[in-house]
Amino acid sequence: MTPTILEQVQQIASDVFSVPKESITENSSPETVETWDSIQHLNLVLALEEKFGLQLSPEEMEQMRSIGQIRATLESKLHSTPS
Amino acid sequence: MTPADKVLGLRNDIDQLIASGSADLAAARLGELWHNESSPAAAAFIVSRVEKLRGRIALLPYRVAILRSFTVEPAVPLLRAAAFCYGIDLQVHVGDFNGYMQEILDAKSSAYKFEPDAAILALRTSDCASDLWQDYARMGSADREEAARRVVGTFEQCITSFRERSRATLIIHTLEQPARLSLGVLDSQVEESQAATIRTINRDLQNIARREPGVFILDYDALVSRHGRLSWQDERKWLTVRLPIAAHQLIHLANEWLRVLIPLTGKIAKALVVDLDNTLWGGVIGEDGMSGIKLGTEYPGAAYQALQRVMLDLAQSGILLAICSKNNSDDALEVLEKHPGMLLRPKNFSAMCINWNDKAQGLREIAAELNIGVDSLAFLDDNPFEREQLRGSLPEVCVIDLPEDPVQFAPTVRDCPVFERLTLSREDQQRTALYAQQRERSHAEHAFQSKEDFYRYLAQEAEVAPVAPATLARIAQLTQKTNQFNLTTRRYAEQQVSEMASRPDWQVLSIRVKDRFGDHGLVGVAITRDENSVCEIDTFLLSCRVIGRSVETALLSHLASGAKARGCKRVSGWFLPTKKNAPAKEFYRQHGFECQSQNGEGSLWVLDLNRQQIPCPDWIKLSVRNGEHS
Repeated sequence: MTPTILEQVQQIASDVFSVPKESITENSSPETVETWDSIQHLNLVLALEEKFGLQLSPEEMEQMRSIGQIRATLESKLHSTPS
Repeated sequence: MTPADKVLGLRNDIDQLIASGSADLAAARLGELWHNESSPAAAAFIVSRVEKLRGRIALLPYRVAILRSFTVEPAVPLLRAAAFCYGIDLQVHVGDFNGYMQEILDAKSSAYKFEPDAAILALRTSDCASDLWQDYARMGSADREEAARRVVGTFEQCITSFRERSRATLIIHTLEQPARLSLGVLDSQVEESQAATIRTINRDLQNIARREPGVFILDYDALVSRHGRLSWQDERKWLTVRLPIAAHQLIHLANEWLRVLIPLTGKIAKALVVDLDNTLWGGVIGEDGMSGIKLGTEYPGAAYQALQRVMLDLAQSGILLAICSKNNSDDALEVLEKHPGMLLRPKNFSAMCINWNDKAQGLREIAAELNIGVDSLAFLDDNPFEREQLRGSLPEVCVIDLPEDPVQFAPTVRDCPVFERLTLSREDQQRTALYAQQRERSHAEHAFQSKEDFYRYLAQEAEVAPVAPATLARIAQLTQKTNQFNLTTRRYAEQQVSEMASRPDWQVLSIRVKDRFGDHGLVGVAITRDENSVCEIDTFLLSCRVIGRSVETALLSHLASGAKARGCKRVSGWFLPTKKNAPAKEFYRQHGFECQSQNGEGSLWVLDLNRQQIPCPDWIKLSVRNGEHS
């Protein structure tokens, strides 16, 4: 079974922030995850770009202030881009 | 199981292994994870798990400072994860953004406080030569030349200031070419071209690095061009977060850094052991026969020839080649000797183990025959089963993961960082021949009644000399690579050796040896320091090529008589045991030293020069060369 976009984002966030996957929810954000600082945010963005094979614009990077928003951004981007 | 499931499962396994205390297994699984998924996410995972394993697995600590004009932070976890897979615990300090000049000039800067083993100077052309980068078309000819001179001058100043404040190795990125030249196609037609100007700067940098010990060049421009200039860059990220490199290219920068760092850490392979069937040629000689195997100038045989050509190149840098194959020896030798498609011949191999035994056993025998550690071997085999089995039984061997497609064999071996070298000595280039002479010597040894008879027959001539510019690189290299006959195993970079040699109370000696079979080259080093009438031996080592023929006694004899001539009353030296230096354990005792004290790290030995002398064995003709020489 292919993991959903949310599951993949949770895994990447868990790797990048060094926290258990179970602790990452749609509501996780820089306010709730201690290790989510600006450098780690960049690392997260790069890990997502590498994983999903896309490039995120500065505007999109700005929007992605929680795991839920990241999922939404990725979903709209992946569905609008013909593959 | 899909690949995605596999890497997820691996993460869970690793955490369970760490929790249950199986540190070595966890480390092996982390390596497997990196091999399957060299991604930023996996790198972050590996780095955080290595933190938990530190102290529980054997890793070599190494410290790198990165001085830069752009964002490199996201490449750091990739570098650390990759280094971990080669047994290195890499600590990285990233200097202030675009603050490289201040950090180099300020002796108290955080970069120097970090006490790095190596520093990387990574500058963008657009930062350190912004006029040449963006104003080139509008510059006058004099301004262009002046700008190029200024850039080179800045680098020279960086190197000089850095060297005054640190002994660390310095690695300098070359300047990249613009993806789109200011003059377009005209640039290639005119004499003063933008591309040529940047090439000139890079050539000057290389010349400077060749002059300066401990300064090396990383050809960043070649790296960018290899991966495609346009696909390398990410202009948007540059403008927003000052990261000029696209996410998927960061791994290539990290790997290139590692290729330069590996030879500095000494975590290199000294020999490449290869399988035969389906590795050196296509097919199985025992089944397909001489005419059936695939090897020649056409596909698919050409892919195997390409691999053989890479191996010939490696031999030129002093890497020994050996064969470990489950085969009938006669079949295999017929191919090696007679097949017209073979580029490698028996003389290119320093050891062969062709039988039906377990390969782990074969690799142990090869290491013993070549007189190097098993951890200095790299292993190349097309069969994943053999590779896995070897990883299980000899985890210290560097097992190269060959892809299934033979066309990828040659590039895979070429990319393997354990074969990288930053310097090449005369000894490196002649190593295969030296080992062939060694084999003849061992045969001769069996024919003599006593060791002494054999030594006399060898007619050894040794020459002791103080360090000179021409021998500096080899001396440093020996301190970095010698594991077995090494009393203290202290590793020194070239610039550290040259600094010691410049002090009046220090002596840096080297010994060259030749005998009736040939020239061994520079094979031994002794470094001493006089203090209060005691000559303390800081370093005393001998290349494994000449262990057990009393060359060590000749060198010690010279060292002791020199100390006496300088007015020393005693010679002292530590023996610091490691996993590998057992051959040196009895050295001081055998030469009349008395054990003075012992602590957790080793034992201190002392020789009273008034009561004891160390004669040079009469079968070695020892000569001394003083002062500067070629």
